[in-house]
Order: sequence, then C-alpha cells, then structure tokens
Amino acid sequence: MPVRVLLFAAYRDAAGREVIDLPLPAPATVAEVLRQLKLAVPGAGALPERPLVAVNQVHARLESPVADGDELALLPPLAGG
Amino acid sequence: MSWPCCRRSRGVDVGHLTDAAIALGPLLEEAARPDRGGVTTFLGLVRNHQDGRTVLRLEYSAYLPMAEAETDRIIAEAAARWPARVVVRHRVGALVIGDIAVAVVAAAAHRAEAFEACRYVIEELKRRVPVWKKEFYADGTIEWVDPTARPARVERT
Repeated sequence: MPVRVLLFAAYRDAAGREVIDLPLPAPATVAEVLRQLKLAVPGAGALPERPLVAVNQVHARLESPVADGDELALLPPLAGG
Repeated sequence: MSWPCCRRSRGVDVGHLTDAAIALGPLLEEAARPDRGGVTTFLGLVRNHQDGRTVLRLEYSAYLPMAEAETDRIIAEAAARWPARVVVRHRVGALVIGDIAVAVVAAAAHRAEAFEACRYVIEELKRRVPVWKKEFYADGTIEWVDPTARPARVERT
C-alpha cells in the first residue's frame, strides 16, 4: 500500500527530501513506516528513534496504525509562538 | 511540500497562519462583541537573543494544513472550557527583530475567562501546532530552534 511521508524543517534538511512515497505491506504502524523510511532514504538515518508524528494532520504515536493512502508527517521539535 | 499560503478570502487572511505582518487592530475587532467586556492579548515578538547569542532575523515555516487544523482544535477546546472568543494569528516566512510572531486575542464577558482562555491557547499552540523556527545569528550561523534541547537554565543569584 502506498503511504506518503512528509518531512519538515531539520528533518527535511537531513533527508534532503520533503515528500517520500513509500510502498509498504499492510497493515503497518507509524514505527514500521519510520523503519522503512530509514532504509529507503540515506539521510533519514539521522532522524531520532521516536520523533513527533502526525497521521492525516492529527498528532499520532509510533504505535498508531497507518492505512492505505495515509499522509504521515514527521515533525521536528515544535518551535512556534 | 508547499501549500498555498495562506487561507485568504478576497485578498484578506482568514486563516490562523499568515505571511503578512500581523496588525492587532483587526484582531481586536474580530474578537469584539457588545457582550464581551474583557479582552486579553498575548503578543510574541521576535527577540534579538537566544541562549546568549545575538539573533539577527528568523524564518518560520509550518505544516500549514495541520497547523490550521490544530489551531482550530485548540480554539474549540478553549471555547468549550470558557465562554470566550479566541482569535489567533501566527506568522510564517521571514521576520526581523520586533516583528509580531504570534498574536492571541481572547474576548469574554469578564477578565477571568479572557485571561484563562488566552493562556490556554498560547500554551497549547506552542506545544501542539506544527511550526518551526530557523534563527540567523550575528556570528553567521543558522540553526533550527529545538526548544527541547536547550541547555539547562542557570540560576542567577
């Protein structure tokens, strides 16, 4: 199943990419997507073990399920305000 | 990933995130109503120093659709807890020292609810809204700010 991964700010700089479409076996969790991302994108190896994540624009957890067509965002430490 | 910035209607920003300078007047008007006699405002301004270093300017970027949606959720939570109308604007793009980076205006019948709703929204915004800050320092270095990695504050006596 295709999953779209978005990288922002420092994570985008580290990976050199901001949008990565990953084919994954279903069902998957955020942790599994992260693991596959680190294998597929060399610079993504520098990402932390437990980054903040969002699935379909809602904060999620590493254990959260990821479904076909979901948008998974990896969020560096937030610095708004 | 780029999204159109920002949510606009007839050329006027109507979303919570904006790439235009934030003016307080229109936000006060947006929050005001004849039955709301207490209005509190929090403004976050671009500071010229960070952890002892001189900051020259900065850039905010955001996961815009989620930042809009999360801010909507925070405002709805505040409205459920206090009878207050809260208006938020957060800048994206390039800012210089003294610019308004974020504005939260809370209007309620009385001051207590306005203060509490305003405080709730700015604290939750900082904790939950996906916005990132890149600082440009006087020594020529550039860094993404990581509030979770700041050195422990040294107590001054």
